[in-house]
Amino acid sequence: MFTFSESSEKQIEKIMKKYPVKRSAILPLLALAQRQDGYITPEAMVEIGKRIDCSPAYVQSVCSFYTMFYTKPVGKYVIQFCINISCHLLGCDDLLEYTANKLNIKVGETTADNKITLLKEECLAECSAAPVMRLNDTYHTNLTREKIDQILDSLD
Amino acid sequence: MKLFLTHNIDTKDLHSIKVYKKQGGYGSLEKAFAKKPDEIVQMVKDSGLRGRGGAGFPTGLKWSFLAKDVFPRYLACNADESEPGTCKDRVLLQKNPHLLIEGMILCAYACQIETAYIYLRGEFYDLAEIMDKALEEAYEAGYLGANILGSGMNLEMYTHLGAGAYICGEESALLNSLEGMRGEPRLKPPFPAVEGLYGKPTVVNNVETLCAVVPIMNEGPEAYAAVGTEKSKGTKLVSVSGHVKKPGNYEIPMGLPTRDLIYDLAGGIRDDNELKAWIPGGSSVPMLPASLVDTPYDYEAIAAAGSMLGSGALIVMDHTTNVVEEALRLAGFYMHESCGKCTPCREGTRWLHQILSDIHLKKGKESNIALLEDICDNMSFKCFCPLGDAAVAPVISSIQNFREDYEELLNLAKAGTAS
Ligand SMILES: Cc1cc2nc3c(=O)[nH]c(=O)nc-3n(C[C@H](O)[C@H](O)[C@H](O)COP(=O)(O)O)c2cc1C
Ligand code: SF4
Ligand code: FES
Repeated sequence: MFTFSESSEKQIEKIMKKYPVKRSAILPLLALAQRQDGYITPEAMVEIGKRIDCSPAYVQSVCSFYTMFYTKPVGKYVIQFCINISCHLLGCDDLLEYTANKLNIKVGETTADNKITLLKEECLAECSAAPVMRLNDTYHTNLTREKIDQILDSLD
Repeated sequence: MKLFLTHNIDTKDLHSIKVYKKQGGYGSLEKAFAKKPDEIVQMVKDSGLRGRGGAGFPTGLKWSFLAKDVFPRYLACNADESEPGTCKDRVLLQKNPHLLIEGMILCAYACQIETAYIYLRGEFYDLAEIMDKALEEAYEAGYLGANILGSGMNLEMYTHLGAGAYICGEESALLNSLEGMRGEPRLKPPFPAVEGLYGKPTVVNNVETLCAVVPIMNEGPEAYAAVGTEKSKGTKLVSVSGHVKKPGNYEIPMGLPTRDLIYDLAGGIRDDNELKAWIPGGSSVPMLPASLVDTPYDYEAIAAAGSMLGSGALIVMDHTTNVVEEALRLAGFYMHESCGKCTPCREGTRWLHQILSDIHLKKGKESNIALLEDICDNMSFKCFCPLGDAAVAPVISSIQNFREDYEELLNLAKAGTAS
């Protein structure tokens, strides 16, 4: 079973008013479901389908197109590490490997305590402050090993 | 240097409507409402403003292509900013959200639009919050909503977050995404100006383009056109990244020598190394050798040098770079971001990545270069949307301008198998 929380429902009300066509709300609704549960379950897709008059299969086909939607559980913290050109020129590969080693996982995996998921990402549009990563909704820029230590050590 | 977009960008709390108004913000609206919509379109034409999202299409002309007498019409601001190397729109969104709103109101007035969306890439969650706050302030102040400043104009404006897909920056894919579909491009024509969002006439413009309309309105098209070169008017916000001492976003008059951009504004090459290669306008345009660094930074001059101004993202590489490695990185990007709709791109991006990867791992064969060229030839102008051509640009240009980097790796491969 999936139900939107009360505060999600309030947001949904606002979201539905933005568009003349219900289907346009699909990305915002998927994002809301993910914020609630950490990832998007099949049950959430069924519920979203009902809200926008689309089939669950349709919701899934749209959901699978976008890389920011997770259909499997992820850690409390998700790190998106940019590996594109500007970050690469300034040594992101080394830093990504350093981060993976420190967390004792491979890129794409979640730590055993379900705390941190480490993902590699394409350009995050903060290229002149490379190397760059996103930790949940927060950008961290001009990364160094020391900065990464500080960031990871500060997570509860 | 005359700046139009960022002269006051570091003003404290510029993102709040109070400070923005103190700086003269929203002052262009009264001026605009005193004119007819068509006059505004003409002013934008006269200013010579061209789209800052990548293609450089004349903005006023685009607005004049809207299907006549078909309503409702829509405005979609492209804040997807996903072209590798590009991080300029984020500066405007973050520090001066009201400038964008004001520019969008002007566009909506000129084009008789009553609904506008700002499509932000999903990762810009924090910027969407800033925009939402600014929108709220603008509604409260009466710059949005019904009967704006008593002019009779109505306009609703909303943010919309994507969810991680480079292709959604392409205008027709953006519209599909906004309609709640997979972000695959549409066949053109019809162009968005004729059949866009929900099948209605739609203007799609980049953040920087829409912001530039405000100074054009305030200072007049002549003042805007007085800056820049004959065909590239005004200023450009350029993201400089890579091997420079002071990477950052710099607003420059069009036509500034690229050398000045790299060596003065961006402080020169790190460790005083030698410049080897530069990409003028984001990952989708051909890379150029150091010998062309005196090229003026404007549409025509960069085109004449064999590349494109694109999104205005200057990526700088010093002499320690092996260009094949960077081409491989970009090939990986296009492989990942190909939407899969058409065969030459879906398959071609994979092949390019595979072969470049072999060469990079010193497992390449001499015939690989010809094979890469052949695949590029099979993709160029044969893909459904420009992403396919974009994927080809770094490969072909690196072979043309830095063949020695390929040969070095191929020779190492040969030596490896011989021993
Ligand atoms: C693959 C691809 C990605 C694009 N990404 C962006 C983008 O992130 N931002 C943008 O403004 N334009 C992007 N564009 C260009 C848009 O299609 C469109 O030309 C532009 O938004 C029009 O606005 P303008 O005339 O103000 O430049 C992209 C184009 C392609 C083919
Ligand atoms: S060129 Fe690539 S991105 Fe464009 S439609 Fe074809 S597969 Fe999709
Ligand atoms: S290349 Fe890393 S943020 Fe753009």
